[in-house]
Amino acid sequence: MNATPAAVSATHDPAAFTADEMMTACAARALHDGMTCFVGIGLPSAAANLARATHAPNLVLIYESGTIGAKPDRLPLSIGDGILAETADAVVSVPEIFNYWLQPGRIGIGFLGAAQIDKFGNINTTVVGPDYARPAVRLPGAGGAPEIAASCREVIVVVRQSRRSFVDRVDFVTSVGFGDGPGSRERLGLAGAGPRKVITDLGILEPDPATCELTLTGLYPGVTVADAAAKTGWQLAVSDSLEVLEPPTAAELTALRQLHSRSQ
Amino acid sequence: MAEIVSLADAVARAVHDGDSVAMEGFTHLIPFAAGREVIRQRRRDLTLIRMTPDVLYDQLIGAGCASRLIFSWGGNPGVGSLHRFRDAVENAWPGPLQLEEHSHAGMANRYVAGASGVPFAILRGYSGTGLEGLPGLDGQPAIRSVTCPFTGERLTAVAALNPDVAIIHAQRADRAGNVQLWGITGVQKEAVLSAQRSIATVEEIVDELRPEPGAVVLPSWVVDYVAAAPGGAQPSYALGYSARDNDYYQAWDAISRDRERFSRWLADEVDGETGSLAGAGAAEGGCGA
Repeated sequence: MNATPAAVSATHDPAAFTADEMMTACAARALHDGMTCFVGIGLPSAAANLARATHAPNLVLIYESGTIGAKPDRLPLSIGDGILAETADAVVSVPEIFNYWLQPGRIGIGFLGAAQIDKFGNINTTVVGPDYARPAVRLPGAGGAPEIAASCREVIVVVRQSRRSFVDRVDFVTSVGFGDGPGSRERLGLAGAGPRKVITDLGILEPDPATCELTLTGLYPGVTVADAAAKTGWQLAVSDSLEVLEPPTAAELTALRQLHSRSQ
Repeated sequence: MAEIVSLADAVARAVHDGDSVAMEGFTHLIPFAAGREVIRQRRRDLTLIRMTPDVLYDQLIGAGCASRLIFSWGGNPGVGSLHRFRDAVENAWPGPLQLEEHSHAGMANRYVAGASGVPFAILRGYSGTGLEGLPGLDGQPAIRSVTCPFTGERLTAVAALNPDVAIIHAQRADRAGNVQLWGITGVQKEAVLSAQRSIATVEEIVDELRPEPGAVVLPSWVVDYVAAAPGGAQPSYALGYSARDNDYYQAWDAISRDRERFSRWLADEVDGETGSLAGAGAAEGGCGA
């Protein structure tokens, strides 16, 4: 998940950055000061901590280990690193974090990764292949994600884009995005609004308000619609107001690299 | 009252072939020393239960201790796959592993129900996911629904977990066998209270338990065996005693990826004298403690 320092140092251009750094900065910008954010490990954690180190110092980070308001100065390797408990406003048990804090809809943003995601933002982290009992690849499984996807008021997904990860239908629905399309979340009784943004290493997709289908709304500098379409396993819809996203600022890059370097 | 015994005695007396065994510890206070002792005593046909069967259960599964696994997230945190777990599921090596799979919220609530002495727990969860349709170990649906008798709302129901044995690691116990843990306390209290028998390994046994902020205390009379196992959470950590050995988790990826390399690790682990955190670390150029 780390940025590749070799690629960065190989160039003498101080404005150079990796796709992971662009993606992390982009995800961090989706978080606003004072929000509450349920954070998964890896890129979501890097983005949330970058936001806290830059424009959102009062972002409340909540990890499923039960640490509420964690303020790490480096990136934890696991959701239960000691730095999270030591810097948290409160540390609660695992049943409590899910029952009292997540389930009633108290948490604003859920930040998820995915092995596969489909055009309705449904996420698979369970198995690759059509047969659950004989998986081609056994993935880690659900963890906290199904209820994060259901109960956080909104969800942001961070995932690298490829034909393998962006599929027409996920092999297994671990966490529900928009189900089969409009009305699914309501029928299922899911309290949260579902995915608001899917941030990839190419750009941003957002659900179309009418069809709930993930639609390309932003591209990183130098990336084309054709690039994104080639790495999407369905007919990619493109927004009329497609924007070119700002590259990471020097401040963002410095803060992110400091977080990574303190984590070594 | 808990008996204070050696770890080897605790495992010999509490854990039997065919048992359901819950070793809990949510990234913190993972009972690794107890897990290695279960491997050394060559327990077989276990139903392993754990929210996050990380490196701990990768070792037990690879060692052939488990026939069944009840879990909610099976990865190496921050690193990637659990290769022994995957090899068991994908290729039935060293034997088939039957799965019963949940979400964290579902597992946590199953322990709460088990600890509470009620047959099931309710939650808002699983709706619309593929997990809803999966069978439990008994072949019956593991995730069902229940109608609220007050409002008529449909809610998700999951069965109580009542393991034969729960094993946890804690910072301290006193000489009467009262057990104290703090920091991230996960689901350990619920695991112990849901189980028929329990073992707590501890960093140290002290004359008197000092109060600690946010501490969970398990009174001696709900714990069966207490065993001193200093460093027994490594490569996870015990807040106030040790740091998480992140390098070990990275090193485990390479050790576990290859059956032969894993088997060499296991031979050292089972037959070696001093444990193998040092052994695994040495193989990776000093990644151990």
